[in-house]
Amino acid sequence: MTYLNDLGPGTGLNIELQLNGQPVRAQVSVRQNLGDFLRESQGFKGTHIGCEHGVCGACTVRVDGRAVRSCLSLAVQADAAQVFTIEGLSDDPVVRVLQDSFVNCHAMQCGFCTAGMLLTAAELLQVQPEPSREEVREYLSGNYCRCTGYESIVNAVMDAAQTLRKAGGGER
Amino acid sequence: MRPRLCGRLAVENAEVFTIYKGEGIGAAVPRVGAKRLVQGQAHYCDDLELPRMVHVCFLRSPYAHARIASIDTAVARAMPGVVSVLTGADLRSHCEPFLGILSHLPGMVSAPQWPLALETARWQGEPVVMIAAQTRALAEDALALVEVDWEPLEPVVDPEAALAQDATAIHPELEKANLAYEARVDRGDFAGEVARSALCLSLNISTTRVTAVTLEPRGVVAKWDAGREELTVWMGTQVPHMMQSVLAKHLRLSENRVRVVGMETGGSFGLKIHAYPDEFAAVMLSRLLGRPVKFIADRLESFSSDVHARAHNARVEIAVSPDHRIRAFGVDGLLGIGAYSKHPRGSVNEVRHVVNLLGAPYQFAALHAHVRVAFQNKTPYGMYRGVGHPIVCLLTEMAVECAARKLKVDPVEFRFKNYRADSDYPAELLSGTKLEALSHEACLRQLVSLMDYPALRKAQAQALADGRYQGIGFATFVENSNHGAATYGRGGAPIAANDGCTVCLQVDGTVLCNSGVTDTGQGTETALTQIVAHTLDLPLSAVRMQLGDTAAAPVSGGNWGSRGTGIAGEAALQASLALKDEVLRCASVLWDVPQGRISLNGGHLVDSIGGQSLGTLAQLCQAAYVRPDLFKSGPIPQFAVTRFYAQREYDGGIYTNGVQASMVEVDIRTGCVSLLKHWIVDDCGVVINPALADEQLRGAIVQGIGQALLEGCLYDDQGQLMNATMAEYLTPMAGEMPDIYVGHVVTPTRSSELGAKGVAEAGITGAIAAVVNAVNDALFPLNGQVTDLPVTPDRILKAIGVIH
Repeated sequence: MTYLNDLGPGTGLNIELQLNGQPVRAQVSVRQNLGDFLRESQGFKGTHIGCEHGVCGACTVRVDGRAVRSCLSLAVQADAAQVFTIEGLSDDPVVRVLQDSFVNCHAMQCGFCTAGMLLTAAELLQVQPEPSREEVREYLSGNYCRCTGYESIVNAVMDAAQTLRKAGGGER
Repeated sequence: MRPRLCGRLAVENAEVFTIYKGEGIGAAVPRVGAKRLVQGQAHYCDDLELPRMVHVCFLRSPYAHARIASIDTAVARAMPGVVSVLTGADLRSHCEPFLGILSHLPGMVSAPQWPLALETARWQGEPVVMIAAQTRALAEDALALVEVDWEPLEPVVDPEAALAQDATAIHPELEKANLAYEARVDRGDFAGEVARSALCLSLNISTTRVTAVTLEPRGVVAKWDAGREELTVWMGTQVPHMMQSVLAKHLRLSENRVRVVGMETGGSFGLKIHAYPDEFAAVMLSRLLGRPVKFIADRLESFSSDVHARAHNARVEIAVSPDHRIRAFGVDGLLGIGAYSKHPRGSVNEVRHVVNLLGAPYQFAALHAHVRVAFQNKTPYGMYRGVGHPIVCLLTEMAVECAARKLKVDPVEFRFKNYRADSDYPAELLSGTKLEALSHEACLRQLVSLMDYPALRKAQAQALADGRYQGIGFATFVENSNHGAATYGRGGAPIAANDGCTVCLQVDGTVLCNSGVTDTGQGTETALTQIVAHTLDLPLSAVRMQLGDTAAAPVSGGNWGSRGTGIAGEAALQASLALKDEVLRCASVLWDVPQGRISLNGGHLVDSIGGQSLGTLAQLCQAAYVRPDLFKSGPIPQFAVTRFYAQREYDGGIYTNGVQASMVEVDIRTGCVSLLKHWIVDDCGVVINPALADEQLRGAIVQGIGQALLEGCLYDDQGQLMNATMAEYLTPMAGEMPDIYVGHVVTPTRSSELGAKGVAEAGITGAIAAVVNAVNDALFPLNGQVTDLPVTPDRILKAIGVIH
């Protein structure tokens, strides 16, 4: 499948990156944001574009280990970076546990925010394996969910944190 | 077999349905399809890529009201990558215009609406020129090259001013300038009751326009297949069959040549049940170009062109007798619905609910209601979760709590004294609205226990002694579901009130079902799957429910008005019950055992004498399809069944009810409100999946909190929307929302065998009033009262005299 781009002749820049664990070389328009690059040029549709101005968090992806808003990043900024979308993270030990907890805690309805929520929550659990409910609420406040009212998402992150602590050698 | 009464299962109590094993009706199983959502594998409309597809964007009016003197598209058309640039005049001859009226509402009017504005633009954001290019970015580049000669006209913004004698007419062809609808109901001796009352108070309450802000914007992908003469439209929608009818009629096609496929949908909340002119224009373009067309609204377009809702100005009155009995309710209301009444549902249902349901939970003797609806140069108005129910709940419950405070009566006691007793249903309200079976008393009893009300009042008093202002507010609500034909069909709108479901056994004994409802997050897919699996005694994994494809599903009204599970679920139940009967009949023939001795049990057909398995459902299906000769002693096996269900006993719908409570603390220096806790006890009849039902309630409550405290589309006096970004239009965030405690009372509806009513809108319907009442309870010691929504810090500080 080929995807469209809006490159005029000679107007693009070449970038090389690791995308979901695979090397990618691409010529991108300098104005193309990372989210559009991932979705339209690379076909990873699990990254969702909700607001295109950095507020809703639906487009969150992982760039060099950090949760990043792909609508506020340019594709050219991903040059030489390690980029993961939700499609490439289902084998990540933290994301996988979070996914199970989101399913079991009913922590999604329409699913449009879910990928961004998971990636932001994974970042939290990497820096704070034992968060309080308030810390989870605070950390997720840059990711909007219009369906759940958030409580089930907080439950899921707390549940995943507990599962990961047990797997990592018992309760602290 | 379960007992049947008049061809219908007798549902005497909820236990019949809630004690089943495993995954069936009543089980809190995880969402069917959750895996695709957490793994990023769900397919939303914008994820679709088709060969030769073009992308469109729209030049939208920058003015709220302007004449379009001329449009020059020549430079834009010449830009490389641009495929077409079309104006309203280019599209006019290819379609019929929208007209958003319901013919059963006397006096309701609107004006024809074309996909792109013709001579006049009537709201800031109205689509005027459509540009198609190889990418959306190129289309937006070309947009800047279109020249429009605008002649600004006087904008009509304020609804009261819109109805003034000398107001500019937004649609000059209409008889009464800017009056879209007016309704009046007077029952009983309102003036006499007021004169005889010990307390009569009135409140002027205003609410601000809000919009649903689905995280996934609206969008459509359309493909005209000239060879097959078939239009296929993929969209995130609640109503595939309604869209099929609308597109066919307005593009002059027959419905069997229009296929609408409901995609995974990133939230809807009523926003995605309307016919939008920009989507319609994009679909038309596909036919004109013979190429696939994609339109996905960006967030700015969403704010200025998605339907808005709930901007009421109302004076509500309540009269109470010396013995604290409510004697009368009155309302005089005004609603501004923007430039057009929305096609095909119209935009006046909010005020219909205000008239029909004012004071609905209570017994009283006189009703006065007068509401007017005005056109204005703002974004057209439409449905948003709950439609008018949250408004009429707010008006009723603010008046009730205000009266209780004035009378120095506890608001819980005051409600118990004035509720219509649970034993007095079915009942007819003064407005004529018929209510099947409500349970206000049972819900409030459970709520008071759930929240430990006396302890909270003590804690509130202690906090006040410490100088902290806490408040507890309640809201009793009624909410419509399982609609009959009176809502839309009688008014001529092409919206089915009769839903089909097809349940089909495959050769391997698994089940494939099709229903025309959609699942935009509600959990309909899960609920319908549970109903079929339960009936056929199969694991959920053996049942696959396909939703929302008009090429596969029988006609359906879709998902709106909390009807998905109650209506489509009943159709699924009836289809699977009929299929089960046929399975048992065929098993009887195949294995030569009397039908009455055979039951379905976990994929086996079991002989009740001896309890032995006769064989598997898979074996029966294989025989039925590939060895029909084995069934020669009876009719040919019919292993696909379609059944329809329409709720016809209560024309206006089956009402649900419940009570909510909110506890807040107000910082009287900053005016900021902290939400401490929120409770709801809801009665949606039989609960198919308790976990997903609770999540519907929680999510909707948080949307209600948003409207109570945060949200509003802010316009200036020129009709310019001032906060069309998610940074400026404030929706609730995780950090500021409370945990929500949920309880249930179960009063099954007798209008269906399933007994399920709706649950999707109950949360938002009561939450707004509960939170505002809690804030006003907190402000009461300071003699403060807020009646304008959203209840922002500045309004609170003004109410208590800190700022002026």
